[in-house]
Amino acid sequence: MALTGIQIFKLLPKTNCKECGVPTCLAFAMNLASGKAELDSCPYVSEEARAQLSEASAPPIRPFTIGKGVRKAATGGETVQYRHEKTFYSPTLLAAQVGSDIAAADLEAKLKAWNALQFERVGLNLRPELVAVKDVNGDAGAFAAVAKQVAETSEFNVILITEDAAVMKAGVDACGFKRPLMYAATEANADDFGAIAKDNDLPLAIKADSVDGLTALSEKLTGMGIKDLVLDPGSRDPKQSNQDMIGIRRAALKDGNRAVGFPTIAFPCEMASNIDVETMLAAMYIAKYGSIVVLSDFTGENVFPLLLERLNIFTDPQRPMTVTEGIYPINNPDENSRVLVTTNFALTYFIVSGEIEASKVPTWLLVKDSEGLSVLTAWAAGKFAGDDVGMFVKKCGIVDKIKNQEIVIPGYAAAIVGDVEEELPGWTITVGPREAAHIPGFLKA
Amino acid sequence: MSFEFYKESYAGGIKPISIGKGDKAITVGGETCYPFYQFEGEMPHKPKIAMEIWDMAPEEWPAAALEPFKDVVSDPAAWAKKCVDEFGAELIVLQLKSTDPNGTDASPADASATVKKVLGAVDVPLIIWGVANHEKDEAVFKQIAEDCQDVQLTIGPVEDTNHKGIGAAAMGYGHAIISSSPIDVNLAKQVNILLENLGMPMDRVIIDPTTGGLGYGMEYSYSVMERLRMAAMAQGDDKLQMPMINNLANEVWKCKEAKETVEEAPTLGDPERRGILMETVGAVTYLMAGSDILIMRHPESIRLVKAYIDAIMD
Ligand code: B12
Ligand code: SF4
Repeated sequence: MALTGIQIFKLLPKTNCKECGVPTCLAFAMNLASGKAELDSCPYVSEEARAQLSEASAPPIRPFTIGKGVRKAATGGETVQYRHEKTFYSPTLLAAQVGSDIAAADLEAKLKAWNALQFERVGLNLRPELVAVKDVNGDAGAFAAVAKQVAETSEFNVILITEDAAVMKAGVDACGFKRPLMYAATEANADDFGAIAKDNDLPLAIKADSVDGLTALSEKLTGMGIKDLVLDPGSRDPKQSNQDMIGIRRAALKDGNRAVGFPTIAFPCEMASNIDVETMLAAMYIAKYGSIVVLSDFTGENVFPLLLERLNIFTDPQRPMTVTEGIYPINNPDENSRVLVTTNFALTYFIVSGEIEASKVPTWLLVKDSEGLSVLTAWAAGKFAGDDVGMFVKKCGIVDKIKNQEIVIPGYAAAIVGDVEEELPGWTITVGPREAAHIPGFLKA
Repeated sequence: MSFEFYKESYAGGIKPISIGKGDKAITVGGETCYPFYQFEGEMPHKPKIAMEIWDMAPEEWPAAALEPFKDVVSDPAAWAKKCVDEFGAELIVLQLKSTDPNGTDASPADASATVKKVLGAVDVPLIIWGVANHEKDEAVFKQIAEDCQDVQLTIGPVEDTNHKGIGAAAMGYGHAIISSSPIDVNLAKQVNILLENLGMPMDRVIIDPTTGGLGYGMEYSYSVMERLRMAAMAQGDDKLQMPMINNLANEVWKCKEAKETVEEAPTLGDPERRGILMETVGAVTYLMAGSDILIMRHPESIRLVKAYIDAIMD
């Protein structure tokens, strides 16, 4: 359970030496309590106090990373139930499962197809990150070979799925360098699995038959010194599973229950007989508390919608994604190229610049600071008004770069034409299309 | 430590609202817990899907969305009938696209005639959706409300600027309305207060929080819906204890990725299934945020989402 400022204060030296950068120990304690300071800033805390404090100040849901390389990903670390209360931090990780009996050539083809599923959006590369290798016949050699192929020949990180310690050991030996997630410790194998996880410093998932069952296992493994746990309450019925995910998140945040203060894993691939239903269940877990979701396959049409949903749910609601105000040359424009203007909302900018790029027509794109609002929203909020836009065009420096005096405004902002004209006498103000998809046609006409 | 299930205590619930008349009338709302939190309350009525039809042949629908309806798109009555007879629609939304002053600007009388035709073809409850142009919607809805006083329609969006005209007509002729505001808890409350002051019975109001598309603003709508539910249930704000509706299909199917061909976007997979799954994933997300009525388009997305609702509730 998090400590209050006063509780923390009691553990500090109370000398008010100011070395932590604030005038008093009390002020420092308050900052620690609200997460605005690090304990290390005070050189004088006793070892004993440090132990108590770091225990108490540990995040309610443990954050750690899974995997290595470019698709390494953070999981856990959530502090709220509802994204508007602050933000969600670690986007739900998407995994596709293969059996340990898959032929090397088939796996190669799958990895190639899955690797191609990468989508550029708002300056980010959206893509899934994990492949789950499932032991289907207890053949440790085959399991290790598949794990190795995934780890060595693709960017994907690995979930090793078996309950057999010998098989797990072989898998870990084959791909341990990529920091795979081990799945799963159960009541029956917890000692062996705990030992493997500990020896190799790997994250370990726990599978129980209920949320209750998780607690005992989690306490046992924590006692063995394993820190990075992932929870599977075992439910495969959507209704029960939804309840378990909510229960775990709440208990960790509201009751400070450390035993369930870990990321979760869910298995749509075991809950449905086709990928469409799996996709819907994954959509549910992205919204409600699934940290890792395992599907039976990745296809463009099922992964793309999930990646969009994930982007939406895990975007920080405290500040819209923005781009810097300024002049953006696209397709090598010159003094005769046209000038378009838009807002600095990242989504708006990337859609518009993407369409201009696709048109191959050399163009100047002016991005006006609108506090991260889309065109219509900015216009409605008075952040994309005619006089501002006109003023911005005058001052941004584009005038020196072009000969023609024409400016193209978004179709949805048609209402500002008059005011822009007033601000820019002698210029032609053209109302462009409403939808960005029509920009290439417009520019080419 | 053994596991204790932390339970929320609620200060209020959502009003159950019945729309339509006779044995095809449906009830939505009535929740006494957050969406699908049935372990601590009830959801007596499953969220409903309203199948979308247009009053004019759509020009920009992707092939995948058009295909199931291509024989009926120029006849709203036949279109509605197909939705009910073939796809089992329990609820129809007629989008009055033809009335857009920036488009074909059809007259209130024409719009009303279309509504009558659709009413003649199907007996499920009918929702009429305007074009979010305040003056035009007001003129159109006044006409329709009067012409169709023998049935209970649900009409909207109704905003602060046109609540008086549409509200009075809905009250007078017994229709339900959709009170709409741009992704803002206070504005949503404000419209409802205005409607209540006008005398509109609050058990005939549904909230439209404004719907953003998947990847195009959905996160804003999602959070405002969660906040609306919290205001209604945790804080017990009786001005916000109404079911919510999302005009989803419109947003999802108009975006670029729902339209691209295999050649244009080879990694986005099969265009038909992609559009269907985009609509489906959007729908599931909105259900998780508390949607009571989802306006949807593709019969396959609708089939999937109904199955999901059954799976998560039964
Ligand atoms: C998400 C959203 C919000 C978010 C903000 C998101 C953001 N960062 O901008 C929030 C919740 C904060 C918000 C707030 C408000 N909103 Co708002 N919001 C929306 C919503 C749902 C989506 C907007 C969006 O993200 N669109 C996607 C982006 C990419 O679109 P875009 O910027 O327009 O770009 C497209 C085109 O314009 C074009 N384009 C862009 N640039 C250029 C340039 C050129 C040259 C060309 C040719 C084309 C072009 O290409 C893009 C793709 O096609 C819309 C409704 C809707 N479904 O569209 C309402 C909407 C825009 N909001 C509206 C309103 C009124 C508001 C508020 C004023 C409400 C209030 N009173 O508080 C506030 C204002 C903000 C403030 N005061 O802080 C109204 C505007 C009504 C109007 N016609 O004026 C809308 C239309 C909703 C409605 N129907 O009432 N909103
Ligand atoms: S450095 Fe430590 S002892 Fe000194 S004022 Fe800060 S908290 Fe107190």
